[in-house]
Amino acid sequence: MLNKLKRAALGAHTPHDKATAASKPVPMPLPAQVRILMSQHIGAPAKALVKKGDEVFVGTKIGEAGGFVSANIHSSVSGTVAAVEPFRLSNGRMCDSVVIKTDGKQTVDPAVKAPEVTDKASFLAAVRECGLVGLGGAGFPTDVKLQPKQTVDTLLINASECEVWLTSDTQEMLNCSDDIIRGIKAVLEYTGIPKCVIGIENNKPECIDLLCKKTSGDAAIEVKPLPSVYGTGAELILIEKCLGREVPHGGLPADAGAIVMNVTSVSTLGKYLATGMPVVERTITVDGDACEKPQNVVVPVGTSYQDIIDFAGVKGGVQLGKVVAGGAMMGPAVKDLSYPTTKTTSGLILLSEAAAQPAVVNPCIRCGRCVEYCPMGLEPVEVANAYAARDVQELGKLHADYCFNCGSCSFVCPAKRPVTQTMSLAKAFYLGEIKKGGNK
Amino acid sequence: MDTKLIVSASPHVRSEETTAGLMANVIVALCPCVVASAIIFGMRALLVTAVSVAACVVFEWLYCKLLKKPNPISDLSAVVTGIILAMNVPVGMPLGQLIIGDLVAIVIVKQLFGGIGMNFANPALVGRIVLFVSFAGSMNKWVFPDAAVDQLSSATPLAVADKSKLSLLDLFMGIHGGVLGETCALAIVLGLIYLVATKTISIAIPASYVGSMFIFYLIATKDLHAALAGILSGGLLFGAVFMATDYVTSPFTLKGKLVYGVCLGIVTFAIRFWGSYAEGVSFALLFMNLWVPYINDLTRQTPYGYIKPAKKAKEGADK
Repeated sequence: MLNKLKRAALGAHTPHDKATAASKPVPMPLPAQVRILMSQHIGAPAKALVKKGDEVFVGTKIGEAGGFVSANIHSSVSGTVAAVEPFRLSNGRMCDSVVIKTDGKQTVDPAVKAPEVTDKASFLAAVRECGLVGLGGAGFPTDVKLQPKQTVDTLLINASECEVWLTSDTQEMLNCSDDIIRGIKAVLEYTGIPKCVIGIENNKPECIDLLCKKTSGDAAIEVKPLPSVYGTGAELILIEKCLGREVPHGGLPADAGAIVMNVTSVSTLGKYLATGMPVVERTITVDGDACEKPQNVVVPVGTSYQDIIDFAGVKGGVQLGKVVAGGAMMGPAVKDLSYPTTKTTSGLILLSEAAAQPAVVNPCIRCGRCVEYCPMGLEPVEVANAYAARDVQELGKLHADYCFNCGSCSFVCPAKRPVTQTMSLAKAFYLGEIKKGGNK
Repeated sequence: MDTKLIVSASPHVRSEETTAGLMANVIVALCPCVVASAIIFGMRALLVTAVSVAACVVFEWLYCKLLKKPNPISDLSAVVTGIILAMNVPVGMPLGQLIIGDLVAIVIVKQLFGGIGMNFANPALVGRIVLFVSFAGSMNKWVFPDAAVDQLSSATPLAVADKSKLSLLDLFMGIHGGVLGETCALAIVLGLIYLVATKTISIAIPASYVGSMFIFYLIATKDLHAALAGILSGGLLFGAVFMATDYVTSPFTLKGKLVYGVCLGIVTFAIRFWGSYAEGVSFALLFMNLWVPYINDLTRQTPYGYIKPAKKAKEGADK
C-alpha cells in the first residue's frame, strides 16, 4: 500500500500472444549474401578488418573493437567479401558494413576453438574476443559490463521476456539450459559475484520448472518467478522486482549492486566457452497477424529482413502493412526490408495493413492511466502539457528525463494518444535545453 | 520496393480500452440508478432522463456543428452528462428548466472550455448547481415515493433533525424523498462495484470521501445509526461514485485521490453541519474541482531511482 502511494506502477497487461512459445528454432536456408554492420552495440563502431575480395569463414573476425566500449564483429557465413561500404543505420547515423557473398559451404574458421580460461583476466579477454553484447536489445558490451568499479553482489539473469509475441528467450531456456548454467557459473567463478538470480515471468512455467530442476543442487543460483506484466523485463524494473532495490537515476545497475545479463547472452557465453564459436547467429521470433508461418528461426547475423520474411511467408491475401524489428512495444518500425539483422535483433513482427493503421487520436480525458501504469512512476499526461508549453522547469520537476520509452503509457491510453512519442520528444527537448544551459 | 510500409513510433500494439468504452461502462453503471428511480418515483423519471440525455447530445452536436469542430458525440460523454444531470433533479422537475441545466453543462462548462478533457469542473455538477440556485422551488420539491407528481412535498432525510428515527433499510433501498438518482444506495453500490470491477475508476475517491464523512459523523454525533443515516441520505453516495470520480476533474495519483476524497469529506461535512444548506455535496465538489490542479502538483509520484537532493541548509550544517 505504501509503495502504491509512492508510485502505482501497475504494469500494463499487454496481450500474451506467445503463439510461437513451443516452436523449436529452425535454421533458415542460407541467404545469398549478408550485410554485417560494424555497429551492432552501444559504443564505438568496430573497424573493418577485411576488404573486397577477401575470403572469410564462419567465425572469422572481420571487425575489431573500436575502443573500450565496443565489440568485435565476426563473419556469420563463409564466402567472399563483396563490398565494405557505409550504410545508414536505423538511428540515422552512417556506419561501415561488410557485405559477404555466401559460398553455401559454411566452412568454420580453423581459428575457432574453445578459449583457455584460467582466471579473471583471461575470462574477460575471452568475453571480449567473442564480441558478446547484451542480446536482449541494448547491445552493451558484456566484457565492459562484467568489470564494474562498484561492488556487485548479484548477477541477475533477465529471462522475463515480457514483450508481446517474442519467444526466442523461452526457446533458448528450454533448449540450452546447460549452456545457460555453464555461462552463469563461469561469470560467478571468474568475477567473484557470490550469487545469481534468474528472473522469469510466471507465464513460462515450463522454463521455471526446467531451470529450477537444473539448479536444484546449487545454492548460489536462485530462480525467481515474476508476475507477467509488461515492464518486468526492463533492466531497472527487474532489479526492483527481484532484489527490492532501485538504481539511482543516471546510474548503472552496478550502483544497486547488480549486473543484469539477458538469458540469451549468458547462454551464448556458455556456448562460446565450450566451442569457441563467437556471436554469429541468433534466434529470432517471426510472428504477427500477417505472418504465414509464425516460428522461431536461427539466422546468421546480417541476414536481411526480406530474406526472413520470404522464409516465414506473408499470409495469402494479406497486405503487409508494418514490420517491427524486436518486440511490438519497444521495437522500431522498419522502413526498408533490406536492413540486416544484428546480434540484438530478437524478433520480426509482421503486421497486416489493417492492424498497422494508426489509431484515431482523441482528446485526452485525463483518466490518469498513463500515470498509474508508468513503471517509472512518471506522469506522462503532465509531461505532455509541460512539453506543449515548452516549460523546461516544469519538465525538470516532472522528471521527463527518466522515461525509457517502454510504451506502457501509449498502450493503456484510451484516447489512443501517442503518449510515448510525446515523452520521447519531451525528454529530448528537456535534455537539449539543459545542455544549452537552459533555466534549470 | 514493391510494398510501402507504415512507419510509426512504438508501441505497435494498443489496449482495447477506448474513451467511448469507458463512457459506456459509466452508462452501464448508471443503469441501476435509472431503473431504481423509475421504480421509486414512477415513469416520469425515465422521461426526465431521456429528455436530459437528448438535450445534452443535441447541444453538443449543435455546438460543434456551428463551430465546425469534429463531431464528438460518439465518445458518449454527453450521454453520461445527461444521465448524471437527470439523476440530480427531482422527478417533478419542469423539462424546460432541466434543458437549461443541460445547456449550461454542455455548452458553458464543457465546450466553451475546449470540450472533453478541458473542463475545469464537472459539467453535470455545475448544471445541477445552476438549476439549484436558479430554480430553487422546483429543485426542492421533493416528492415522496408512490405519490403523484406535484401532489406531496416533503423534506429529504437530510433535513430531518433527529436522524436516529430514520429507517436505515428505507434509506438503503431509497424509499424516501430526494432527487432521482441519489436515494437508492443499493443501485449506487451496484454501479460502484461494476465501475471498480471493470477498472473504469479506482475506489480511492469514493472510499476516502464516504469513509471520511462517516468518521466525521461518528465523531460529531457519537451514534453509529446517525452516522450511517448521514452517509446514506442526500447526494453523498451518488456524488462520491459518479461525480467525484469524473476523470477530468479529479487528481491523477493515488495519493492525490485520497487527499481529494478526504478534503471533499471535510468540506461537505462543514456545509452540512455548520452551513445554511442541508446538502453540501455539490458545492463541496465544485469547490474541490478548482483545487485539483494544486492537488496534482502537491501529490506527485516519486519516480523510480529518484534521490532527494540534499538540502542546502543541511550542507551548511555539515560544513
